Amino acid sequence: MSKPTFVYVTYIRTTPDRLWAALTDPKTVERFWFGMTVECEFETGSSWALKFKDGRTADTGEILEAIPPKRLVIHWRNEFKPELKAAGFTRCTMEIELADYYPDFGGRAVKLTITHEANADTGAPMIDAVSGGWPKVVANLKSLLETGDIAFA
Amino acid sequence: MDLVFKALADASRRDLLDRLRADNGQTLNQLCAGLSGMSRQAVSKHLAILEEANLIATVKRGREKLHYLNPVPIHEIAERWIGKFERTRLDALSDLKKALESSDE
Repeated sequence: MSKPTFVYVTYIRTTPDRLWAALTDPKTVERFWFGMTVECEFETGSSWALKFKDGRTADTGEILEAIPPKRLVIHWRNEFKPELKAAGFTRCTMEIELADYYPDFGGRAVKLTITHEANADTGAPMIDAVSGGWPKVVANLKSLLETGDIAFA
Repeated sequence: MDLVFKALADASRRDLLDRLRADNGQTLNQLCAGLSGMSRQAVSKHLAILEEANLIATVKRGREKLHYLNPVPIHEIAERWIGKFERTRLDALSDLKKALESSDE
């Protein structure tokens, strides 16, 4: 893995425990991830799968690190598009920190940083594919935790 | 949100975001090399304003600090104003489709 291909940061008015619960609870994931469901025990070494509403498998992988409520690292590969599957495994890291500063209106918040790294030689198609979706997923997650509703349906 | 609009209200800062959009994860040195008209201090100051607005995220790699374009606050703006209009337009389109399809009968 070379340097991260993208880094997304959002500040959410919530607690690290609630954010961790949202990221690891299949019912909550389904709400902010456009109906995708996640199958995983969220322990280091667990297998991980992201599925479409109709049950088809979108992505699979393994949890490389699970330190609740701080750090989740997923070894992540696409399964449904041959050209993306060929791009190989990527590494997605989600980090949760308490921040003293909240860009919208100050005060304490939780900072969520998502980085996605891919193989420098072959990973470009996969990173292109996921980079467009992440900001909407993250905006939905923030909206769900702060207001109880999603932003994008 | 004020911070985002203030940060975007400057052409040099928008230029820096464009540079990261073209090549994400640059160091201060790399960003300065592409900008002949701006001092290192000025670039550094602009980057600090962009980071404060959460429009760029930074990652430390060894002694280097890499800068990444962070589009999440811009999506939050889209969600607040544009999303609403998109929904209205989709509703209007769906009504039009219903009306046209029913008139065929």
